[in-house]
Amino acid sequence: MKSAPILLASLLLALSSLPAQALSPQRRAELKNLVLEDCGACHGSRLKGGLGPSLLPERLGRLPDALLEQTILEGRPGTPMPPWKAYLTPEEARWIVRQLKQGSLLPH
Amino acid sequence: MPRQPHRTPPCRTGHARLKRALLLLGLAFPFALSADCRGTGDLGVVIERMDGAVGIIETTHDRLLGEVQGLGDLSHASTVFSHDERYAFVFGRDGGLTKIDLLEGRIVRRILQAGNSIGGAITQDGRFVAVSNYRPGGVRIFRSDTLEPVADIPAEYAPGKRSRVVGLVDAPGNRLVFSLWDAGEIWVAQLGPDGRPVRLRKFRGIGRQPYDGLITPDGRYYLAGLFGEDGMALLDLWNLDAGVRRILPHYGRGERRLPVYKMPHLEGWAIAGREAWVPAVGHHAVLVVDTLTWKEVARIPVHGQPVFVMARPDGRQVWVNFAFPDNDTIQVIDTPTRRIVKTLRPGKAVLHMEFEPRGEEVWVSVRDRNRVLVYDTRTFRVRANIPIRHPSGIFLTARAHRTGL
Repeated sequence: MKSAPILLASLLLALSSLPAQALSPQRRAELKNLVLEDCGACHGSRLKGGLGPSLLPERLGRLPDALLEQTILEGRPGTPMPPWKAYLTPEEARWIVRQLKQGSLLPH
Repeated sequence: MPRQPHRTPPCRTGHARLKRALLLLGLAFPFALSADCRGTGDLGVVIERMDGAVGIIETTHDRLLGEVQGLGDLSHASTVFSHDERYAFVFGRDGGLTKIDLLEGRIVRRILQAGNSIGGAITQDGRFVAVSNYRPGGVRIFRSDTLEPVADIPAEYAPGKRSRVVGLVDAPGNRLVFSLWDAGEIWVAQLGPDGRPVRLRKFRGIGRQPYDGLITPDGRYYLAGLFGEDGMALLDLWNLDAGVRRILPHYGRGERRLPVYKMPHLEGWAIAGREAWVPAVGHHAVLVVDTLTWKEVARIPVHGQPVFVMARPDGRQVWVNFAFPDNDTIQVIDTPTRRIVKTLRPGKAVLHMEFEPRGEEVWVSVRDRNRVLVYDTRTFRVRANIPIRHPSGIFLTARAHRTGL
């Protein structure tokens, strides 16, 4: 009897650790466009930095995912970085962080 | 006495014939305008930001003539023109400075002059081109004919500390004026005959994080917008000793500033009569400033956070585009009544607007639709709908003869 809630909880946990599967290909394309175009307005369309810092793997690799996700969602007070939580879910922020760290959004 | 013919005709028909022959053989020139004798007063460029290319446009027939590729990272790229309106100087984000021949549709010269840059200017005499750089922070000056380096002005505001430079414009007397984002300063460089700065005036404590600057069409006033606080910094270039004045110090009036998803731009000068029209940072408003008293005389609520606030050349209309997530819209304000007379929805990501010099049409880049739309500014009808991939900045050659552009 006790095992049902535990099973449910672990199922939810498993689901939440697989967010990328939850994003449709269309949404991923939108997010890629958002990163390269709208983030790119400050961070450069090749993400090498501008008014905002570089978002290339060399730099982001040293930073913890949670910090980067929080920066995307909550912004950075005292800097021009705005909070994106009204437009992005935590799963989407996590997906963006993973792509940025892999450098997989850059045009080739 | 009979008039002597010109010794060197403005276009070499022999040369043109050669080109035409080459074209027939399919050997060269995807487009070569110089095959026909023509002027450049109706030409311009559109930045194609993801492709590292620029489109060459023509306003007489509202069309795209061709494309020049190989310009690197063009996010936030801008352009100035040689005084003869034949050459465009394109400033790329990656520090690239590219000189393009509009008639031949080709790159004349391209250099990488810095690691990261934001814009540029051409001097009053047309002999030098200056680039404002983020990294290394400062301004670099080049000969406009050869792009040979002439001078470097490091924006060192404290020992070992260099600021990113924004809002670079040319001013009368072969001067350059620019702002230091990290330092909150405005610098005025007086160039000598060889293009090197002979005098540098620094104005400190002008306000936090100047994000852009502009100069009035007469070249007298330089105005820097502030991101780090409300207000703008004003410098009278006819009287540098008076120093920088702060204007519009409290336009937020304690209202909470909204997150800014796109930094506003100050470009050209939205002026109508004696009033200037500027974006309010972090507010859904356009501010109207009296240019005699420099006091706010009105604020106009608009659809979103303004990015560009541009006056039609006659000053009768002001066109405004907006930051994400309201960037699918343009609003047009009638300046005498200060009322919004038209709301247009060109499509997602309206990035820039450029009026034709007499104001009858305006070119609008709609990035996510991969379109440039040309509007009739009287009827608001779309006169042309031109497919261009990821268009951003649009620059027409008439800028060649306007201070600060």
